[in-house]
Amino acid sequence: MSDIAIRVEDLGKVYRLGAGVGGLRPRQDYRTLRETLTSKLSAPFRRLANNGYEKNRQLQAAEDEYIWALRNVSFSVRKGQVIGVIGRNGAGKSTLLKILSRITEPSEGYAEVHGRVGSLLEVGTGFHPELTGRENIYLNGAILGMKRAEIERKFDEIVDFSGVEKFIDTPVKRYSSGMYLRLAFAVAAHLEPEILVVDEVLAVGDAEFQRKCLGKMSDVAHEGRTVLFVSHNMSAILHLTEEAIVLERGSLVYRAAAPEAVDYYMSSGLAKIGERIWMSDEIPESAAPFRPLAMRVKNRQGQVVDTIRSTEPATVEVEYALDDTIVGLRVGLYLTTARGEYVLASFDTDDMVQFERYRARPAGRYISRCALPPDFLNEGRYILGINASSYRIRRYFQEEQALTFNVDGTDAPGSQWPETRLGPVRPRLVWQIEGDASLGIVPDMDEGHFYDR
Amino acid sequence: MTQTSLQSSTAPSQPQEMVLFLRPSRGWAALNLKELWHFRELIYFLTWRDVKVRYKQTALGAAWAILQPFLTMVVFTIFFGRLAKVPSDNVPYPIFSYTALLPWGLFTKALTDAGRSLVANRAMITKIYFPRLAIPIASVLGGLVDFALAFVVLIGMMLYYNFAPGSDYHIAVTPALATLPLFLLLSVVTALGVGLWLSALNVLYRDINYVLPFITQFWLFITPVAYPASMVPGRWQLLYALNPMAGVVEGFRWALLGTQSAPGPILAVSTTIAILILVTGLFYFRRMERTFADTV
Repeated sequence: MSDIAIRVEDLGKVYRLGAGVGGLRPRQDYRTLRETLTSKLSAPFRRLANNGYEKNRQLQAAEDEYIWALRNVSFSVRKGQVIGVIGRNGAGKSTLLKILSRITEPSEGYAEVHGRVGSLLEVGTGFHPELTGRENIYLNGAILGMKRAEIERKFDEIVDFSGVEKFIDTPVKRYSSGMYLRLAFAVAAHLEPEILVVDEVLAVGDAEFQRKCLGKMSDVAHEGRTVLFVSHNMSAILHLTEEAIVLERGSLVYRAAAPEAVDYYMSSGLAKIGERIWMSDEIPESAAPFRPLAMRVKNRQGQVVDTIRSTEPATVEVEYALDDTIVGLRVGLYLTTARGEYVLASFDTDDMVQFERYRARPAGRYISRCALPPDFLNEGRYILGINASSYRIRRYFQEEQALTFNVDGTDAPGSQWPETRLGPVRPRLVWQIEGDASLGIVPDMDEGHFYDR
Repeated sequence: MTQTSLQSSTAPSQPQEMVLFLRPSRGWAALNLKELWHFRELIYFLTWRDVKVRYKQTALGAAWAILQPFLTMVVFTIFFGRLAKVPSDNVPYPIFSYTALLPWGLFTKALTDAGRSLVANRAMITKIYFPRLAIPIASVLGGLVDFALAFVVLIGMMLYYNFAPGSDYHIAVTPALATLPLFLLLSVVTALGVGLWLSALNVLYRDINYVLPFITQFWLFITPVAYPASMVPGRWQLLYALNPMAGVVEGFRWALLGTQSAPGPILAVSTTIAILILVTGLFYFRRMERTFADTV
């Protein structure tokens, strides 16, 4: 018996874009139609420009038909190791997990897996809305590879963990989404494979659910089982894994202890610092009529910078265009620490007056500008995300990691001590110190007094 | 799917570890029925789910399993039996056609469900590994419950015609009755074989969704459901038997109604074809299986 749980050698997976049936390529056709239209419209201008442009473009298209979701990836995982897999969307994380859990085949290279693999690429796979909670536990358990006897043995434990005892004989279509997730996770959590492969399961559900999942995951991690854990949640990676690998455009670019890997990912994975400009081909079609143009961080002097001072005000700008009127649009930002913990989320129409005024936003070009107050953020690296949506109607565009910036802590409160202050905020709080020497009336002090200036 | 080799057994008596090699595979894959057997409980649960869910939120519920063949029988009796005066091998036309509609219903249902099964279970296929054969197999097996319900009605009809005044029909229990499970098996084999082909093709070509109703309609005409196989001229009989369902239907009538002689030559041809379709279907399915998750 070897010490290795997973060995991956030169693993690669190629996908064909728009691969359809002889000539019938819906997406491709659609794109072609659109390209035809735009090229017709811009023809007079193009003739003035580079003549070879169109030809180059066609050559490019032929090469682009194949895309390597994963290439030349090699690594191994020892038994009992808990490994995090991080990378941006499309970096190949899910493809790797899908190969290791046998859902899809590699196109080249090979992988060697020692032991029974349980994969959780989603919770509630195969749940049927018409079946009751009880029935779905059996069905889902069987799909996940549990034996009937095993499910029966763990049934009470699963129900207990899910907290939906009362509704166990109700069809799950009547469940709230929270109950549904809890039940689904409860079944998955009781899977006992030697190797567990988990993808982004924690990305769904409310804070309490996520906490519960994290708790269960850390139990699993401490039971000595081998775990491969993919997440965008850097604090989850840091909590749960000892080591992490970083994937970028299908290649393994870094492997180190979790804190270093997270740091590497955060500083190198995000190319744009201080400003993010969206090219038209980066914007999904589903975003229309919203079109993000740029997001930037500016200092007090109005310069685009990658570092702002904790003690000075700064501005975050979102520039975008609307190709059509949008009703109820709100454009906002997420602010997270480099480790992925949320600091805040804020929208440009949070204020009631603004909300009334911009009920419908007509087509045109806009800038939504948000002022960050001085003495607000602690020193460190932060990530800004963007979200443009109409509440409960549609999410037009979202990018959780649009750009990063740094905060410099010079002259911030407490900077006379060269120590790291915990937490993402560093406000200048007012402290009063009372004592015998200065007051002399300590016995009389009441609560009102204490806060009174 | 992935070419895998089990270096050692997973049986608890041999606590050796299981090693899985995942690498690109080419060409035809082994059927790996051993692994399928290992997942038999999954097949059971998937079948059970299909049955359980099928008539949920319908007013008539499981009655549909009976109404469908029964109403078809009524229509056939009126148009073919009464108006067109199609011969019915000396049994009352309703019994004659209903006996054929039982395996026919099982066949079309299994065929349609299996054909659509992979696409319908797309979410599962892209998120978890299990032998994909489990899905169409479960779809086919799910039809057996409807078959059993509809079969009860046949017994009722037989008893009715047996005791009805003026009826010259009498229930004939012959030794041939013992062969009934074999014909049932033959129809399941045929449905599974065609279903495997169609389900795998459907992953790539959604045209299958549109072809399915046409196939079942066309197939009905070349199967002796509304008419006896004896209407087909003798020299065409063997060609006719290339349709395995012809053998199944004639076999059902022979076993249950005991009127004609055993459908010997027809049955031999039908069985051969059915097995051929199943085996090629299995291999084609296994060959295509590796791309299911990427293309479905």
